Amino acid sequence: MAKYGFFLGCIMPLRYPGIESSSREVLGSLGIELVDMQGASCCPAPGVMRSFDQTYWMSVAARNLAIAEKMGVDIVTICNGCFDTLFEVAHKLNHDPELRKKINKILKDATGMEYNGTVNVRHFVELLYKDVGVEAIRAKAKGGKNLRAAVHYGCHFLKPSNIKKIDDAERPHVFDDIVEAAGMTSVPYKDKGTCCGAGGGVRARTPDVALKMTKENLTNMKSAGVDVIVDCCPFCHLQYDAGQVALKGEFAIPVLHLSQLLGLAFGLPKEKLGLEVHQTKVNL
Amino acid sequence: MDAKEPNPEFTRKVIEAGGKTVNLCFQCGTCTGSCPSGRQTAFRVRKLVRRAQLGFEEDVLPSEDLWLCTTCFTCYERCPRGVEIVDIIMALRNMAVRKGYMAEPHRKVAELISKTGHLVSLRDEDKALRSKLGLQATPPTVFSDPKALEEVKKIAAACGFDKLVQTGGK
Repeated sequence: MAKYGFFLGCIMPLRYPGIESSSREVLGSLGIELVDMQGASCCPAPGVMRSFDQTYWMSVAARNLAIAEKMGVDIVTICNGCFDTLFEVAHKLNHDPELRKKINKILKDATGMEYNGTVNVRHFVELLYKDVGVEAIRAKAKGGKNLRAAVHYGCHFLKPSNIKKIDDAERPHVFDDIVEAAGMTSVPYKDKGTCCGAGGGVRARTPDVALKMTKENLTNMKSAGVDVIVDCCPFCHLQYDAGQVALKGEFAIPVLHLSQLLGLAFGLPKEKLGLEVHQTKVNL
Repeated sequence: MDAKEPNPEFTRKVIEAGGKTVNLCFQCGTCTGSCPSGRQTAFRVRKLVRRAQLGFEEDVLPSEDLWLCTTCFTCYERCPRGVEIVDIIMALRNMAVRKGYMAEPHRKVAELISKTGHLVSLRDEDKALRSKLGLQATPPTVFSDPKALEEVKKIAAACGFDKLVQTGGK
């Protein structure tokens, strides 16, 4: 059984714990053992924290990487934001010895740890696609309903693609393939691949601007006649889920994180999915 | 009207702070045409990069536009000159907050992480729901480990992040 440090982040464990319970169940049932990273913190988020102070952003990220290194495991995350921070910082530290020295000095003084560059950071969609494979998912997804799904990749799963090298950033397919293996139809929609609007600190600072971007995406999804939005990031998830409430009844499209969708398809009891905290009602 | 003089000193600072590709931009506008935020607002990435190139510090650092980028990386992906636009914006934002251009909602988020190690709070209702789902009520993170939280706070102090957040950069 492949073993990974499960990086929790903030929004999943604290606002959508159903995504956490689904992820633990689904990944476990596919032969991926998740171990907790005791004492990990916020990644820190690439929006506000990187915007404020990149040295702080990299140092706290390096601490999270060092925790996994000490445990002797690679990291898996189910959040695009956490993935971006941990992946990008690991990449920077691996490719810039001077920077690594500077960040390790801060890290060692504060924690006694250093980061030596041995941890791979994995996004669970990429892990499912490459290591588990769509056929293994298809074999498990006996309870999958054939719903019309709007797949939302978000931004930081694939981009920047020059370092992440997971899939074509303009015309990706890995996430769609998994959703289809779970028995659904991934429906094309206008401007698919566009940001949900929340990132970069825009949701916190100018929520009206974020919501305009969300609304445009929702309009395009609705025009395509979808039954459900499927995301792979708790922050996009929050933006679509709470955003529809803020838009006061114009839309009522249920929002599922991929781990919840796979939970449904794998026949997990609904109580394990934590759908009752979703602000946009999930009737599926 | 007199034309403004370029200020290469500021451009150099942008480059040092991480915007090393800023001078590669030839102003084609692919970024602006790709920007989901610019589709809803008057934010124009091309202009922002031009102002950074020319070193127009007083146009760039106080600008609200600087904060309308969602860091979606679409412009970064499509730029025909390989300008790492998100890195430039991050460098400019780091400089802006140190001049006191820090919005209160952002300061509050940063304050939460500097005090708790997370950017979302742990409420009683979250613990109750976590227990109901069969999860550890308090996540096994800095929330469960005061020593770990101390480490994160020490990093904030070493970087001057705690002071930055307390003073709002002023």
